[in-house]
Amino acid sequence: MSVIEIHKVTKIYDDAEVKVSAINGITLTIEEGEFTAIVGPSGSGKTTLLNLLGGLDKPTTGEIQINGTKINDLRSSQMIDFRLFNIGFVFQAYNLIPVLSARENVEFIMELQGKGKTERRKRSSDLLKSVGLAERMNSRPSKLSGGQQQRIAVARALASKPRFILADEPTANLDSVSTKNLLDIMERLNHEEKITFIFSTHDQRVVNKAHRVITIEDGKIISDRNQEPQSN
Amino acid sequence: MIWAISWRNVWRNKLRSAVIIISVAIGIFAGVFSWAFYAGMVDQRIQTAIITEASNIQIHEKNFLENPDQKFYMANASGIANDVRAIEEVRAVSERLIVNAMATSAETGSGVKIMGIDPEKEKNVTNIYSKVMEGSYFEDEGKTPVVIGEKLAEKLSIKLRSRIVLTLQNMDGTITSGLFRVEGIYRTANSVYDETNIFIKHEDVINLIGLNESAGHEIAILLHDNNKLDDVCNLIQSSYPELDIKTWKELMPDVSLVEETMNFSMYIFMAIILAALVFGIVNTMLMAVLERVKELGMLMAVGMNKIRVFTMIVLETVFLSIQGGVIGIIIAYLVTLIFNRRGIDLSPWIEGFEKLGYEAMVYPATNAGIAVRVAIMVLIAGIVASVYPAIKALQLKPAEALHIDI
Ligand SMILES: Nc1ncnc2c1ncn2[C@@H]1O[C@H](COP(=O)(O)OP(=O)(O)OP(=O)(O)O)[C@@H](O)[C@H]1O
Ligand SMILES: [Mg+2]
Repeated sequence: MSVIEIHKVTKIYDDAEVKVSAINGITLTIEEGEFTAIVGPSGSGKTTLLNLLGGLDKPTTGEIQINGTKINDLRSSQMIDFRLFNIGFVFQAYNLIPVLSARENVEFIMELQGKGKTERRKRSSDLLKSVGLAERMNSRPSKLSGGQQQRIAVARALASKPRFILADEPTANLDSVSTKNLLDIMERLNHEEKITFIFSTHDQRVVNKAHRVITIEDGKIISDRNQEPQSN
Repeated sequence: MIWAISWRNVWRNKLRSAVIIISVAIGIFAGVFSWAFYAGMVDQRIQTAIITEASNIQIHEKNFLENPDQKFYMANASGIANDVRAIEEVRAVSERLIVNAMATSAETGSGVKIMGIDPEKEKNVTNIYSKVMEGSYFEDEGKTPVVIGEKLAEKLSIKLRSRIVLTLQNMDGTITSGLFRVEGIYRTANSVYDETNIFIKHEDVINLIGLNESAGHEIAILLHDNNKLDDVCNLIQSSYPELDIKTWKELMPDVSLVEETMNFSMYIFMAIILAALVFGIVNTMLMAVLERVKELGMLMAVGMNKIRVFTMIVLETVFLSIQGGVIGIIIAYLVTLIFNRRGIDLSPWIEGFEKLGYEAMVYPATNAGIAVRVAIMVLIAGIVASVYPAIKALQLKPAEALHIDI
């Protein structure tokens, strides 16, 4: 079953002085278990597309279905709950609450979902272990490196048991070692636990790891191909 | 966890939070201490009104208060007094004869109000005996003693042991007079009272005006607890429907009004202080929201709903204000406690204060009610101050917030 289906979607920003057509008619299906990169030059519409896929923004025209729910008509308060239970997010930065420890950050999302304390405790330590941060569970984000923070963000995104994880340039602020580290973790989660990842990137080494690469330019898909991931 | 987040958020910018907490503390300290100061002053005024002047309750013949003529007396005053004495809430009772008279010394004269009392009973009801500066309160064995106020002594230019003549009408309306010797000179906080009220023995009044032993114009009642005022009043009224029974609040409406006015003006004063503080708090919280735009955007993106975001900002604001409030209240309490022991002497600054019945030494009231009222007001102010910043936070659109560069 496909987790995301979008049909003839456009997005025009017209609140600014000039109208910007950021997405110009994209039709796309994402299947469960994919490990997909969205690439394209700066300003091509990657972030806009991911925002639409994640229900952070509404399309100007076209239809978006996530897990079989048409999200076009949801009110913004319904959207928040929908995101909480269906989608995991990893942003380029500002993923974590600075006043909470790594573990609390992971637990917080489960608390929002109304999960009980014991379940939260167990799942947060399992997840932090699986991203290699069992030792730093009680540290606050400011005491951790950028790469470690992004790994916590991945653990946090997974905590809510979403159907898929959207990551907008998750490695943009990371050095090459941390980038490789984060990708290895994402790859392993995809391989072992069938977690669906959709991420945008500028980095060719990251692109090389993807199983599917969607290239967009001027808000249109110009190529969509499957590839054998390279293990550089 | 929202509580924890809000609490920790308060301390993210330590300096900024400390500044606003200190200013709230100073404002609240000023408010609470002034309130305690005025409450102390008013409490004293009420205490004076009760213990020196009006007692808790007074009983008169129906017409007496309107027209204080000696003919409006209660024939069986001592019987009524005994009944009242038997009521559990009553601490002491004193029956009095009250006659208007002219007091004349060798030099001059002055209109006075004679209180004919039984000193032993009167001592249990009023504290005039403890206000005697010179001489004694009916302790000498001498004949026809009188205790007068210092103010009157000055006016008549007389001293202790001087003689004065009291001229009055007896019950038939004929003028009669008696010679009295000043046995004591008292001074209360109320100089007008001191100028008009003089005390002589009950039996001396009886002899002068010719009434029977058990008659009286006034029965003054002191209670164990001022809160029982209305209960006791109603109880007496039901046994003696024909008599006029009044509380000190009715007898001295000016004093009871002062209490209400004081509380009312202190509420307004506090509200003004808090209104000023609210602006400071709003400003601080707006800064806190604006510098956290990306974080708030992220929280809403990952699924924190509006109610929770709103609650988080409200809690953070309330924590900020309440801390200032609590510090302010504690400091005010300690300062009040110190001055409650020592007193604040106003006499160098305020003249004529005593004419109004206030003591020049003010002992601020350590009144928990004030602290509670102020604490509630601070809480409300905190919530009010949080609304605008919280609405600002809710207006953020996650997709945009995450991309704003700061
Ligand atoms: N909120 C907005 N209001 C107006 N125009 C916008 C807004 N967000 C994006 N745009 C415009 O839409 C187009 C696509 O932007 P988008 O951020 O999706 O590109 P991108 O592929 O993510 O770029 P980059 O690689 O630099 O992150 C750009 O021309 C951009 O200027
Ligand atoms: Mg982008």
